[in-house]
Amino acid sequence: MFNMTPAILRNFLGDRATRRYPHVIRPSFENARGAIHNDIHICTFCGVCAAKCPSQCIAVEKKAATWSYNPSACVCCGVCAESCASGSLQQERNYRKPFREKEMIVLKGTSSSAVNDTVSISAPAQP
Amino acid sequence: MTKTIIPFGPQHPVLPEPIHLKLTLEDEVITEAIPAFGFVHRGLEKLVEIRDFHQMIYVVERICGICSMLHAMCYCQGIEEMMGIEVPPRARFLRVIWSELHRMHSHLLWLGLFADSFGFESLFMQFWKIREKILDIDEATTGNRIIVSVNVIGGVRKDLGTEQTSMILSALKDVEKELQWLETTIMSDYTVQKRTVGKGILTGKQAYELGLVGPTLRASGVAQDARMLGYAAFGDINFTPVVETDGDCYARCKVRFREVFQSIDLIRQAIGKLPNGEIAVKVKGRPNGEVVTRVEQPRGEVFYYIKANGTKNLERLRVRTPTFANVPALLTMLPGAWLSDVPVIVLSIDPCISCTER
Repeated sequence: MFNMTPAILRNFLGDRATRRYPHVIRPSFENARGAIHNDIHICTFCGVCAAKCPSQCIAVEKKAATWSYNPSACVCCGVCAESCASGSLQQERNYRKPFREKEMIVLKGTSSSAVNDTVSISAPAQP
Repeated sequence: MTKTIIPFGPQHPVLPEPIHLKLTLEDEVITEAIPAFGFVHRGLEKLVEIRDFHQMIYVVERICGICSMLHAMCYCQGIEEMMGIEVPPRARFLRVIWSELHRMHSHLLWLGLFADSFGFESLFMQFWKIREKILDIDEATTGNRIIVSVNVIGGVRKDLGTEQTSMILSALKDVEKELQWLETTIMSDYTVQKRTVGKGILTGKQAYELGLVGPTLRASGVAQDARMLGYAAFGDINFTPVVETDGDCYARCKVRFREVFQSIDLIRQAIGKLPNGEIAVKVKGRPNGEVVTRVEQPRGEVFYYIKANGTKNLERLRVRTPTFANVPALLTMLPGAWLSDVPVIVLSIDPCISCTER
């Protein structure tokens, strides 16, 4: 009848099992798959990331030298970062912060990859 | 006596996912149960037409939010068989480790939900507290808690170092100890027995004839488990399916609880025998032909039919999930049961509706 009592006593005497989130945030593990970050200065606009992305959230235009990314559609699988030959795409260990409005991240560089102008603009996400 | 029809679901406090049951009652006893599906259909199988066969790994993983790794493993296994790819031994053992971790956290989730279905909320919290440790292992080794994305065609994406394997072993030791503390509660507590023993009985013959799979079938005394086929590295480690004979909700609970301990043992065996070498082979060409492949998910056997025509997109993908096979059990178990036992009986098959509707 009182089989649960030892477990309840242990819970009373032991450490708390939960954290006071958001005041206490557990750091992500070393290999955690979080947000995607593109260093547009070394991006070659080869388009492999866009071709491999399973959720098709990346679009690359070589002529216009733009790399656009829809973070709301990204599933953080990390395939793009793994297949990036130039090493410009990196996957951070921390997750992207929650956001109120959906946005499209558009990065502009030059097709020769020697960047002289980098612009980050926000635009409404594609439906 | 006047018949009453009561809708159970699609939104019900005890149901983790939407399924609708039209229950016909005479007094408090159910005479007929008619299920209705289609509330979370996403058409994932149709995506083969616009996603290539590599991208589909990440799509099939999202069929289920609990046994995602096993969906991807089954899919990769099918494509590998079709393309004649030999998976390296280390990758096969790593697949066993991650698939058994998935089985553990799925069963712990179910044990908690099952306790919640008869109002034992503190037991629910205990199981979910233990489950967090398994999810932490998943995140530390693969990068994500549930959608681990470790499978690729030809092997796995991540490797386990010595530090990580010893971390897994020490975490499993803690999990085992904490589960042993709960063993008397789940196995011999008055409340648990009162609400589960003798409810929703299925004989072995009935269970076999209904075509049930997984713990629902094994709780009725039929020793049938897809892991006996020896896929991945299950052929190289000692494995005997967990079987109970009573066929009631209590027996199904016991099978799942014992399977958690069995999974701990299988992971220890796999880590002990983990060979050195490559974790993936390079894939060349495109799949052509058709294949049927099976793996044992926490809820039972999942079945994939894949048809390819030599292009980058597959021609057809068909998934038969274990819950789809287990729903007929509800139609047999519910008539004759009391209305108050419906949540316990429905949860005893471990329904995963998003799997079923894909």
